[in-house]
Amino acid sequence: MRVTVRFFARLRDIAGAAELARDVAPGATIGAVWRELAGEFPELVPYERSISSAVNADYARMDDVVGDGDEIAFLPPVSGG
Amino acid sequence: MSGFSRTDRDLVYWERMTSLLAIGPDPLDLDRLVTAVGASAPAGADGAVVTFLGLVRNHNLGRIVRHLEYEAYEPLALKVFERIAGETRDRWPGVRLALHHRVGRMEIGEASVAIAAASPHRADAFAACRYAIERVKQIAPIWKREFFEGGDVWIEGATANPDDTGARSEAERVACA
Repeated sequence: MRVTVRFFARLRDIAGAAELARDVAPGATIGAVWRELAGEFPELVPYERSISSAVNADYARMDDVVGDGDEIAFLPPVSGG
Repeated sequence: MSGFSRTDRDLVYWERMTSLLAIGPDPLDLDRLVTAVGASAPAGADGAVVTFLGLVRNHNLGRIVRHLEYEAYEPLALKVFERIAGETRDRWPGVRLALHHRVGRMEIGEASVAIAAASPHRADAFAACRYAIERVKQIAPIWKREFFEGGDVWIEGATANPDDTGARSEAERVACA
């Protein structure tokens, strides 16, 4: 299965890309995708407790299972307004 | 020829600026929000429109701010604005909301967010307007990068969780204080 991962704000700076494509195992959760990326980009690790996630532009939970072709977004703490 | 004619671009701009809920790079125009929110109820039914403009300030936490850059996950931000408008209707029946957020580079004094709340009665309009900006700060997927004298930093505020009832209660408490 292939998913698109989107990063915003500081997470984008850390990953060095706004968007990455990744292969994931069937049944993988958003949390599993995150842990994989945190292994690749260790500066992401401190964000584990403060990020939010979204799938296909809807807020999601880290234990939600991802599907083929999903767009997964990782969102650092927000600062709009 | 580019794919977009001038007319198409104008239409996209016009739709964004006359919508109740919008996010994009164009400078904000509060009059358009007031017009849009007024047109969302039968003429004459409103007794109040309360507006809020959030501005780029020249100082923050002891730093001298030069300018800000905002980015957003725009499709999710629009859904969150719809959610905030829905929460507002549930809490203050009869109130309608217009909410526009700008993205991209903004200079000191420019508006980054504009809100208009219309209601038959002023108390509800004041409360709903305050509630809306508190909720934007809690759950809208928008980030500001501060460029100050000596460096730049992404500002990180609240972990966005729209289902956090505690945060929602706090926004209501502030709105009704």
